Formats: sequence, structure tokens, C-alpha cells
Amino acid sequence: MAVIVDILSWIFLVAGGAFCVIGMIGLIRMPDVFARLHGASVTDTLGAGFIITGLVLQAGLTQVSAKLIIIMGLILLTSPVATHALAQAALHAGIRPKLAHDETGGHIAGAEAGAGEDESSNS
Amino acid sequence: MMFAAALVAVLVSLGLAMVRAILGPTMFDRVLAANSTGTLAVLTLALIGFVAGRPEFLDIAILYTLLNLIGTIAVLRYFHPSEY
Repeated sequence: MAVIVDILSWIFLVAGGAFCVIGMIGLIRMPDVFARLHGASVTDTLGAGFIITGLVLQAGLTQVSAKLIIIMGLILLTSPVATHALAQAALHAGIRPKLAHDETGGHIAGAEAGAGEDESSNS
Repeated sequence: MMFAAALVAVLVSLGLAMVRAILGPTMFDRVLAANSTGTLAVLTLALIGFVAGRPEFLDIAILYTLLNLIGTIAVLRYFHPSEY
């Protein structure tokens, strides 16, 4: 039984580390701020979730695992708030997402350039 | 051993986040990299606690989680005082 829990914990820890590295590679390679938010989200949800799940399996039913679950809940609560605030602040600062086809028809707040061209390219 | 492997992966991702924080063309890229650095610092603290056999580090990790959100919101509010 202990061996099974060890193997599961090992799998969770390795998967969490892999997702952390993948998310940060996305943070480097994505083209603009709004796309880079995706990479940071992978690290915040899957990376942190898998690593903390692996640590909970190692700790067993103790006070340590309760603290780990509190940390996971706090990360899951605070990370979307920070991401949303960051995206809204970037949009208010005048940064526009890079779009191949503007399917909003220029309805992103303050976007004025080339709405007519995009409508013709969509059809 | 397994904690050390996950710790190495988290430290590598910390280095990649630092690269984005240095390269970042806009201020928001740097704030995003700082936010990711905070999350990875929490994971590093939890893993160090398990590697060293001293789970007391988890209290510091809880504190870092809360400070991470407050730091991000504070920087964004500093640049846009009318929002939030």
C-alpha cells in the first residue's frame, strides 16, 4: 500500500514539475501579454496542483497536508484574480491583443484601426 | 530523491520566469513574470520543507501566497489609480 502511494506521489510530482517548465516556456515563447497569461495559468493551476497533490500523498493525514490544502485553495483563489486584474489593466493601458482575424468587428474597447478591412476578411 | 527532482524542475521554471522578467517589453510582462515567480516561490518553499524534513516552511508558503496577490494588485493599482 505504501509503495502504491509512493509511486502515485512520484508521478504527481514529476507531472507537476513538467507542467511548471512547460508553462514557463510558454511565458517566454508566446507573442504578447494576453497570450503569455495562458502560460502563467498552466503553472498556477496544473503545476502547483500536481506538486501539492504529490506532497499531500507523501504527508498523509496530518496537519502538514491540511496546510498544503490551504495553500492550494489560496493559489486557486488568488491566481485568477491577479490574472484578470492584469489583463484588464493591460487593456486599459492601450495594449491590444494580436489577432489574425478581428472577429469582434473592432468592438474591443478603444480599438479603432482597420475594422472595415477585418470584416471583409472574415466573410 | 523525488522531492529533489521536482525541486530542480521548479527552479528551472524560476529561471525561465526571470528571463521573461528581464526581457519583457512592457511593464505588464514583468508584473506577470513576478506573479509567476511568487507562485513558484511558494512551491519551492513547500518542496524545501519536505527535502529538509522540516514542514514548518509551509507557514511561510501560506504567507507568500497572500503577499503575492497583494503585491500584484498593488503594482497594478499604482499604475492605474482609478481602477480596483
